[in-house]
Amino acid sequence: MTNLVTLVQAAVFFGTVIMFGCIGEILTEKAGNLNLGVPGIMYIGGICGLASVFIYEGSTENPVPVLCVIIALVSAFIGSALGGLIYAFLTISLKANQNVTGLALTIFGSGVANFFGGSLNTLAGRFEQIAVPVTSAAFRQTVPVLSGLGTVGKLFFSYGFMVYLAVIVAGALEIFLFHTRRGLNLRTVGENPQAADAAGINVTKNKYLAICLGAGISGFGGVYYVMDYIKGTWANDGSIEKLGWLAVALVIFTGWKTRNAIWGAYLFGVLYWMYLYIPGLTRASQEIFKMLPYVVTIIVLVISSLRNNRDMRPPAALGLAYYREER
Amino acid sequence: MENIALSLRNVTKRFGSVIANKDVSMDIRKGEILALLGENGSGKTTLMNMLSGIYYPDGGHIELEGERVNIRDPRDAFALGIGMVHQHFKLVDTFTAAENLIIGLDPNKKLDRREIAASIKEICDRYGFIVDPDKKVYEMSVSEKQTLEIVKVLYRGANILILDEPTAVLTPQETEKLFAVIRNMKKDNKTVIIITHKLNEVLEISDRVAILRKGEYIDTVPTAEATAASLTEMMVGEKVDLNIERSEVKDKYVRLAVSHLSCIDEDGIKKLDDVSFEAYSGEILGIAGVSGNGQKELLEAIAGLQPALSGSSVIFTNQEGVDNQLIGKSPSKIRNLGVHLSFVPEDRLGMGLVGSMGMADNMMLKDYKKGHGIFTDRKSPRTLAKQVQDELQVVTPGISTPVSRLSGGNVQKVLVGREIAAAPSVLMTAYAVRGLDINTSYTIYQLLNEQKKKGVAVVYVGEDLDVLMELCDRILVLCGGKVSGILDGRTAKKEELGMLMTGRREAVDA
Repeated sequence: MTNLVTLVQAAVFFGTVIMFGCIGEILTEKAGNLNLGVPGIMYIGGICGLASVFIYEGSTENPVPVLCVIIALVSAFIGSALGGLIYAFLTISLKANQNVTGLALTIFGSGVANFFGGSLNTLAGRFEQIAVPVTSAAFRQTVPVLSGLGTVGKLFFSYGFMVYLAVIVAGALEIFLFHTRRGLNLRTVGENPQAADAAGINVTKNKYLAICLGAGISGFGGVYYVMDYIKGTWANDGSIEKLGWLAVALVIFTGWKTRNAIWGAYLFGVLYWMYLYIPGLTRASQEIFKMLPYVVTIIVLVISSLRNNRDMRPPAALGLAYYREER
Repeated sequence: MENIALSLRNVTKRFGSVIANKDVSMDIRKGEILALLGENGSGKTTLMNMLSGIYYPDGGHIELEGERVNIRDPRDAFALGIGMVHQHFKLVDTFTAAENLIIGLDPNKKLDRREIAASIKEICDRYGFIVDPDKKVYEMSVSEKQTLEIVKVLYRGANILILDEPTAVLTPQETEKLFAVIRNMKKDNKTVIIITHKLNEVLEISDRVAILRKGEYIDTVPTAEATAASLTEMMVGEKVDLNIERSEVKDKYVRLAVSHLSCIDEDGIKKLDDVSFEAYSGEILGIAGVSGNGQKELLEAIAGLQPALSGSSVIFTNQEGVDNQLIGKSPSKIRNLGVHLSFVPEDRLGMGLVGSMGMADNMMLKDYKKGHGIFTDRKSPRTLAKQVQDELQVVTPGISTPVSRLSGGNVQKVLVGREIAAAPSVLMTAYAVRGLDINTSYTIYQLLNEQKKKGVAVVYVGEDLDVLMELCDRILVLCGGKVSGILDGRTAKKEELGMLMTGRREAVDA
């Protein structure tokens, strides 16, 4: 029982990182742009959040926790959205290939983040390990009172606020995309930009906004990872990139619907951590279990293709640049 | 002159070095049905796209009821009451009819699907449409999609409707229904501009005809004073013989005997159901039908590109009188026997040609197995390309120019030319004149006739019933994958064909 509870908790921590990455990417892809720069954007989000509060915590005697959180989130959002802006400019205005641009952004983002992350570690001094204790504590603050309610408290309330924020954002995006006219217009851009253009929708504006906002949301995954998952430190081990790719796989798993990202992310978390709870595994066989989320994604792809389900398909114009004056 | 709805004044549009419209000045009257007539590439669609805000003129301006207006994007056009139904529908497949209707409209309003359904019903009742607001577009037939497009434009409050080749994909019956709707709109004092290159429709529906030739405005004439010949002359710039030659069939014998041919698609739906017919040498067999009723599958099954169900048989008899069963043979074997297929899909380049390759390389595509060793033989395809270019008068800067840069008509000449050049015994063409103008179409008919005279069995899948009735010796009608009738091309009636196409057999018998 305790084992099960800790597995669920581990899955929720893990799932929240990729949920942010995933729902940001869904927003981007609904506008018809496949941004493979998600891992890089999560890296940028993580380092921007960390660096900004590192400076803030170092500059004052008594850092205010609320301010720490706001500074971390705002700078992560701005940093990631700028990453998205680079991608948007290249793919929309210059009509560069989306896959190549996205991959370049991933390489760029991880390079920049690890460069500054390493520098911050050096700046931190003796122990060569950066720490932002106040901010990290604020991010990891569990729900008061409720988290003490035995198993229920552990299962549902023993997390920092970002876990709940991810669910709220996913729900809000679901309502936006499927129950508002603006969402309908955005989806039109991703499905059929010619139709959107002829209907008077500003294709370029919609794409730019969706990509930058989507990147900002994905970047939150990076902040959450840095502040909560690894407790306010920096590790140059490429683990954000791994999670970023899982977020991209999750987009496919959800059938481009943020409501499915909520449970899908946790499911990926359970699958990923399951190896710890299965007795008798060697180091080698553990790795096979870590593969499970990808295997599940492939199975979902196979099933939805076999069933020919039109509602589970990617936006029809995903990955294509839009030219109005083409004949 | 107060009844002028819209005027174009010296409108010019360039794409790079190509001038699509040059100095066009014309008037469109309130409440009239104006047909805009012109050959392919004469700039009809480009001109109308400037009214609907897709393009912006490089020179000149547009006046609405005498006042100069600026139409920078489609939103401006809607605001001025101008709406366009494009040839390629601007609909989102995965959305419902109601959702498609409101895309791009006031984004701050609530998404109230019931309210939208009510407005759809109101418009439908007024003009005589039927639209199910909850139906997804991918479940709709072509004519339903078109209806939805028209409703979409009316919902946006358009007083001036532009319809770009609206009948290209419709059956004669559906076309009649559309024309009834257009007449209702005229009664409602709406102005309708209809782009087309079908002369009979121009004469039937329009009040006046405006003619464009090579991007330039020629004239506008009252339809009552025009004839098919006079319009063609204005459109082409010279007299064109509108009669398609149809020689008598000489010493015919069975080239292709198809019996009990059935096939299913990947979803298990029967696309061809027990089709039996014979194609004779030296004859043109026309195949009519609403698109998607098995034409593509039939030709592909014969060419070996579609697996046929057991019990199907296609016997090919060659010049020496030797019989060959084609079912079960690979496409390349069938081709080597002399059974050739040239299929022109809707997007023309999608099947059969590679857009980024030149004519010569495209000639090579189907012969890649010939030649020696691992290196390609470029000499013979080049000769062949030259030959096709000369014989069919393909307009291209050179045989190595990528075919995607050629105009649609020339692309089709390359496609058909390649199949003909290999001297086939059976030539199957589907939609060979799809989207082509009169002049080029007649060149293609001429080519098919030459093949017929050489003793080739020509199978011609076509959309235009008038042409089928003039060109073909016999016409086979497909409906729902079944043969609903085989008529003599010399005596067939259009109404009869239309009935067979829609499967209303009893109406014919009655």
